Amino acid sequence: MADSYALAADLPTQQKQSSYELMSPENRAMQDDPSLNPALFWISEGGSLWNAKSGEKRMSCSSCHGDAKKSMRGVATQFPKVVKGKLQTLEGQINQCRVARQGAPALPYENKELLSLTVLIANQSKGMPIAIKETATNRVDLQKGRGWFNERMGQLNLSCAQCHEDRAGLKLGGSPIPQGHPNAYPIYRLEWQTLGSLQRRLRNCMSGVRAEQFAYGSPEMAQLELFLMWRANGLPIETPGVRP
Amino acid sequence: MSKTSRTSITMPTTAKKGSIIEIRAIAQHDMESGFRYTESGKLIPRDIIHVFTCSYNNVEIFKADFYSGIGANPLMIFTTIATETGTLEFKWVGDDGYEAINQARITVS
Repeated sequence: MADSYALAADLPTQQKQSSYELMSPENRAMQDDPSLNPALFWISEGGSLWNAKSGEKRMSCSSCHGDAKKSMRGVATQFPKVVKGKLQTLEGQINQCRVARQGAPALPYENKELLSLTVLIANQSKGMPIAIKETATNRVDLQKGRGWFNERMGQLNLSCAQCHEDRAGLKLGGSPIPQGHPNAYPIYRLEWQTLGSLQRRLRNCMSGVRAEQFAYGSPEMAQLELFLMWRANGLPIETPGVRP
Repeated sequence: MSKTSRTSITMPTTAKKGSIIEIRAIAQHDMESGFRYTESGKLIPRDIIHVFTCSYNNVEIFKADFYSGIGANPLMIFTTIATETGTLEFKWVGDDGYEAINQARITVS
């Protein structure tokens, strides 16, 4: 079983497992059936926001980007991305647009509007494989992200890798430990009773190991997100995912 | 103050007379129980849906009372018999003047 020690990033795509595969048939149905998936409300909200003029400059997302179905197709497969020298998450890029192009205030993480826009954009890549390449521009951030993933943290002194690499597929308190791929975000998590971002999920794990959580929108979070996306390369985007 | 939210109805648009049809009605709502506190210790006021009703050509055919134990974005799945062509109206009423109404047409042959 030498295979089980391989890094998930080095696995061929067919051996990478979305945590969708670990869910009950009921929860899978909830994700797959548009009449059951509550995240669809956020997508329709995102559609309205996309076309709504906002900020001092009275610009809407569609003023520049046109139809989200066309212009945003595949975009989420490439984020986080280095834009003008700064590593941006999808949420960060939306806020960058809001501030610079619309003259509107940046939205905080887990804000309904930001989640709606994020899920609208990520949904346009549904079914497309994650495509993050290591490049000269993102190499440093990717290395740092890998560092965070492997660094022990918190009172329990655990790293992400100890559960999601070494013990993926085993159980923690009766629940299966997933490989931890960020391919369905933002997700509707039943435990949260609402839609939430990848960073909210990462902060959950950090609080679980009793570590100081990385701040929302911090460079550390973006680096960790980038590493996770790179590690999940090839897995199809499922957004909007439903998770227990 | 009145407020509303998005709702969605899934049901067949056509049916044979006398057949059983399945209806799915979901509303976007936080269903804040009134038992939770903020990080600073302040009680979050209750904000829930109280009643959901469905009328078929103005005749009430289904009604459900909701309480604070019901989760966010409540989904109702129920059945009825397709009796005649017409409109089904769905109504959610809750705290703080919340009201949402949705309609769906069905052709019965």
